[in-house]
Formats: sequence, C-alpha cells, structure tokens
Amino acid sequence: MIRWLAGLIGLSLVATQACAADPVTIGIGYLGVAGTRSTLSLVEQPAENDGVAGAKIAIEDNNTTGKFLNQRFTLEERRIKESEDPVQAATALAEHNSFIITDLPADALVKVADALRDRGTLLFNAGAIDERLREADCRANVIHTAPTRSMLADALGQYLVWKQWKRWLLVVGSHDEDKLFADALRRTATRFGAKIVQERTFEDKGGARRTDSGVTLIQRQMPVFTQQAPAYDVLVAADESEVFGAYLPYRTWDPRPVAGSAGLVPRSWDAAQDQWGAIQMQNRFIKLNSRRMTALDMQVWTAVRMIGEATSRTNSGDVKKVTDFIKGPDFSIAAFKGTRLTVRDWNLQLRQPILLVDGRMVVSVSPQEGFLHQVSELDTLGYDRPESKCKLK
Amino acid sequence: MQAEVRTQMLRMWRVGLLSGLALAAAPAHAFIAYVSNEKGNTVSVIDTESWTVTKTIKVGQRPRGIESTRDGKFVMVAVGDDDTIQVIDAKTQAVVDTLPSGPDPELFTQDAAGKVLYVANENDNTVTVIDLEKRARLGDIQVGVEPEGMTISPDGKTLINTSETTNMAHFIDTTSRQIVANVLVDARPRFAEFKHDASELWVSSEIGGTVSIIDPVKHEVIGKVTFEIPGLRREAIQPVGIGMTKDDKTAFVALGPANRIAVIDTATRKVTKYLLVGQRVWHMAFTPDEKYLLTTNGVSNDISVIDVAAQKVIKTIQVGELPWGITIAP
Repeated sequence: MIRWLAGLIGLSLVATQACAADPVTIGIGYLGVAGTRSTLSLVEQPAENDGVAGAKIAIEDNNTTGKFLNQRFTLEERRIKESEDPVQAATALAEHNSFIITDLPADALVKVADALRDRGTLLFNAGAIDERLREADCRANVIHTAPTRSMLADALGQYLVWKQWKRWLLVVGSHDEDKLFADALRRTATRFGAKIVQERTFEDKGGARRTDSGVTLIQRQMPVFTQQAPAYDVLVAADESEVFGAYLPYRTWDPRPVAGSAGLVPRSWDAAQDQWGAIQMQNRFIKLNSRRMTALDMQVWTAVRMIGEATSRTNSGDVKKVTDFIKGPDFSIAAFKGTRLTVRDWNLQLRQPILLVDGRMVVSVSPQEGFLHQVSELDTLGYDRPESKCKLK
Repeated sequence: MQAEVRTQMLRMWRVGLLSGLALAAAPAHAFIAYVSNEKGNTVSVIDTESWTVTKTIKVGQRPRGIESTRDGKFVMVAVGDDDTIQVIDAKTQAVVDTLPSGPDPELFTQDAAGKVLYVANENDNTVTVIDLEKRARLGDIQVGVEPEGMTISPDGKTLINTSETTNMAHFIDTTSRQIVANVLVDARPRFAEFKHDASELWVSSEIGGTVSIIDPVKHEVIGKVTFEIPGLRREAIQPVGIGMTKDDKTAFVALGPANRIAVIDTATRKVTKYLLVGQRVWHMAFTPDEKYLLTTNGVSNDISVIDVAAQKVIKTIQVGELPWGITIAP
C-alpha cells in the first residue's frame, strides 16, 4: 500500500497536499436546479432531495470501499434558482471538486461544459435526456448516465412490438419536450415496424393539477378526447410535461392499454426493481433516506459510483487518470441491472437496460429477446454509432 | 434395512476376497442432495442413486445459501427475507431450528471442525460469526458493500469474504477477526473457492465476467481466467459458482445466463470445454466420491448432473422454482 501511495504523490495534486498516512480526498460536486416540478400523480411528486439522495448513498458506498484503499469521498451540493447563472455556480463548485454531477437543462449544461473545459473538470449528466447533448452538442468532458429519449422510446417500442401491439395511437402534448419525445417514438415505430395509425395533440390550456372534484371532469374529457380513433392496439402518450398522460389509463374510449408517459413507462430505474441484487440497493436507500429510490436517484448514484469504481481501479484520485479510465475500453460498472454497463466511446453515453414499469411492478426489461446487435444488444436502444452526429471535443 | 446392509457387507467381503480390492468394488454409494429453491421457498431433496426428488421441504422466505453440517446431521439454509438461517434435520427432513444470523443472510461457510459459522449479511455490510453448538451469535466483522461469497482456508486460519459493490476479496484472520488484506477483483465478486492445497484462491466476478486467481500469501491477483463462447455476447457470460476437484487439477465454473459450465485446466488456467446445462446456472456441488457434479439452473427450474470423469451432462432433474444453492450430505 505504501508503494502505491508513494507513486501517487508524484502523480496527483491531491496526494501532494497529504502525507502518506492521510487518505486521498476525492471531491464530488452536485449541481441541480432548485424547486421540484409538479406531477399529475401525487404519488410521483419528487422529493426535495430527488437525485442528490442517490449521491449521498453512493458516497457512503464509495467510502466503505475507500477505507480499504485510503481514499475518501466528499459531496458538495449546490442548487441554483432560475435567475442564477449556472456557469458561476459550476465554476465555484469546480474550485474544490474535480468531478461534478449535474441535473441541469440542456442549454445550461452545454454552457457549463464549455466553461469548465480547460479546467479538466469531469461532468456527469445525470438528469437531461435530450438527444442533442449526445449528438450535435456532445462534449468530451460530459459523461451521460441519464438515458436518452430515443433509448427510452426504443425500450418501450421493442416490448410493444414483441407483444404484437403494432398499431399505435400517438397522443402528443403541446410543449417542446413532449414533441421531442414524440419524435423519438416516431423513430422507434419506423425502426421496429410499428405503425402510428393517427396522431393527436393534447393542448395545454393551463389549469391546476390539484383540484377538488377534478376526477369527475377528467372522466368526461378523456373518453371524448380519444373517441373515433382508427383501429389501434395501444395508446402511446408523449407527455413529459405532466399535463394529461396519467389521466388516460382506464378512460380511453376504446378499451386499450396506455404506454409512454403513463401506463407502461420506460425508466432507468424504479422503486419496484428487485432483481439482480437490487433489493440490497433499495433497502440501503430506504434506510438512509426514508423514501423510495427514483430513476434520477439511480442515475446520480451510478455517476458517483463510476467515479468510485475508476478511482479504485486506477488507485488514484487524479481527474485525468480517472477520466481516461472511464473513457477507456476496460471500464464497466455494475448497477443492479443484470449486466455490466459500459460507456459508448463515440458520445460518452452509458449503455443500460431500460425497465418498463407500471407504477407498481417491473413489467419487463429491454432490450427484448431477439433484438440483436453485433457489438452489444444494449446498442439496440437509442442512436447507434453509424447514425451518430457527435464529434467529441 | 439391517439385513440388507448385512447382505451387502457379506457380498463386499466376498468380492474383496476374490479381487483383493474391497473398496474399489464397493457399489456406488447413494447420496442425498439438497437444493434451495429461491422463488419456491422450498428445499428439494434428491437421491443420487435414483436421481429423483424424494421430498420437497417447505422453508422460509427466499432460501439461497445451503450447506450440510460437517457431521451430516443437519442442513442449514439461509432464508434471507426472514433474516435467519433455518436448520433442517437430515433424518426427519423437517425444519427444527433457526440460527441468529444478521439481516438478509445469503451465503455462509463453516470452519473445519464444524463449530463456527460465518455468514455474509448483504444488508448491513457485515459478516456474522455464529457458534454452531450453542447456536449463539459471537460477533460481527465489518466488510465492504454487499458481502456475498464466503470461504475458509484449508488450515482454517483465514476467512474470505467477497463484497459485491466494493469489488474486493477480504482476507479475515479467524482468530483476531480482523481484516488483514483486501484484494481488488473484477466487478461483482460472487463466489470464492480455495484450492485444496491452499496455494490459490479463486474468485468469480459475475459482472466483470472473469475468475481472479489470488496468491493467498502475497494477497495478489496472479492470474485471470477469461471466457469466450462463439455466438454469445460478452455480457451473457457471468461466472458465479466454482467447483474444484480434490486433486486441484480441474475447476468447474458456472457461467449464469450463458447456460454453461466451463471446465478449466488449473495448470494452464484455460477453459478446455464448455458443458451446456440448464438456464442461468449459478451454484454446484460434487458428490463426496466426486463422480458427479450437480448444478442449479435457476430459470429452467432444474438440476444438471455432470459425469465428472467423462465431463458430460448425463441427466436433468426438475426441482422447485428458481433453484439457487445446492449441498450434498457427506
């Protein structure tokens, strides 16, 4: 142990500040947006610490391993309001932290990535699912643990096609992100041989999500909205803005299942996931946070664990070494999904199975059997290397 | 029964007189195998002469790790969701007692004398030490995140525990109960097995897809077994259970969703053969005479019987839902 510590002193800035007996400290920052969004279902209302709770438990996990390797991990959390400059906040975090996990909108993330490029800080995008961050706006200093819209849409589409529900009625919300998800779903339908028999738009005319006696009104609206549709097997809703999706199940004019933003939903993680050792993760999480683990918590946990995995494999807290290792061919991470997760070297997106959940159970896990790929079956989800427009810089 | 034994002995004696090789001529011994069925909440009892399930014992929630006591009188099975280890009487084949393990016990190992039991508790990063005679808890040892694989060195001095998220094999001194070394291995180490001559420790990494060979004196990884099966993607190869023949020349490794057992020449550390078994094969046990190796195939709900000398799968036996662990009474 002394031998490698001695080696470290020569190599890393962190180690030069410490004498051989002191642990190597690895600072991890968390940059998110203040406040939480409102959801239609009260049950799905995110907690104040959604995301960062995953960082806290991953720091604990890393430190349990770190005590055997003389490494110590710290977490610094920063939440910005809409009026605040993300670049300023990120720069301040980067003073003490070589790694920053972000849950930021796409524009803010690109700005932060460009501002921190020369500093060598490694960013992990745990929140934004936008395709463009992995395509035209990809950056060499941003690793993505959040899945993309196309990965989520493909995961759902593979299952619907396997189920022989190939005729889709697509209902799209009127906000930009709803339209982006609809784009991803259309691409999926073309790729896997499903047919969108009709598209409808659900206009957001404002209105409260919480009302007394709202249910009576919804029960009148939804059957009317979905009537006179051509023959279809499944209604696919694109409603990331939480305006109407959750109102659809059991209320469609024709008795049809709902999928997409409500009903059967594709997610990177769910509180119901208990396979592949996940029950240990869920139990640890509940014990520490007194609530269940969300997809965002998991995306953040995975990012922090990727740093821990790389620091233990390289025996180093040096950001350059760790970054090279994560981007290299030998890196993989175990994240309770039944298979190793690796990084797509062309755009730094983490490959991962996607769960299909109904709010109570994990219904299935994609990629589905029979969707084959020459490199990794996980690459049947989302944009593949030959289609990618990303040029890492 | 007694008459039968007497006839058998008489016959053996006669054969012995004739050939001068009484032992070799003895008829194949029947053994009893116990299989834990993780989803079925049962233990299947298998007779290795007729290769049939003779009894299905109802146990607690989520039975996984299973082992015979050294004297063969009892079978211990970890029932994780009931936070205990149940004790089955081998004679009556019924649950007769429980052991005070920590929360969510999964795998465990016992010392050579069969007096002390070491249990990996996945939920709280500890190994629990239990006095088997008094059935009392002696203490806990703090290890890495999600402890799983457990084994003890042939001299009984070193306990090995693998932690699945920390990705280490922890070497624990059984006298002081302190960790003396930690060896980093590939992702999600599931199982550890010593060579009988104690010269090497083998650790399987389920997600890493390798078996690390560790020098137990220097505490260093000195070699790695890798697997490659034509037509199978790398992610499907997930090594879990390891079986080592008594002469230490051949190792068998279960490859999970690859549905195969790899046969490894321990001298070259290379795979010589892949045996197709049932789906998602995890753990295995030799019959005491080492003629057969039995594997648990979780997804196909069956047990494969491998003829060890011929290195061939000769039989499949249907058991309960999601067979996980297996032990054969001595």
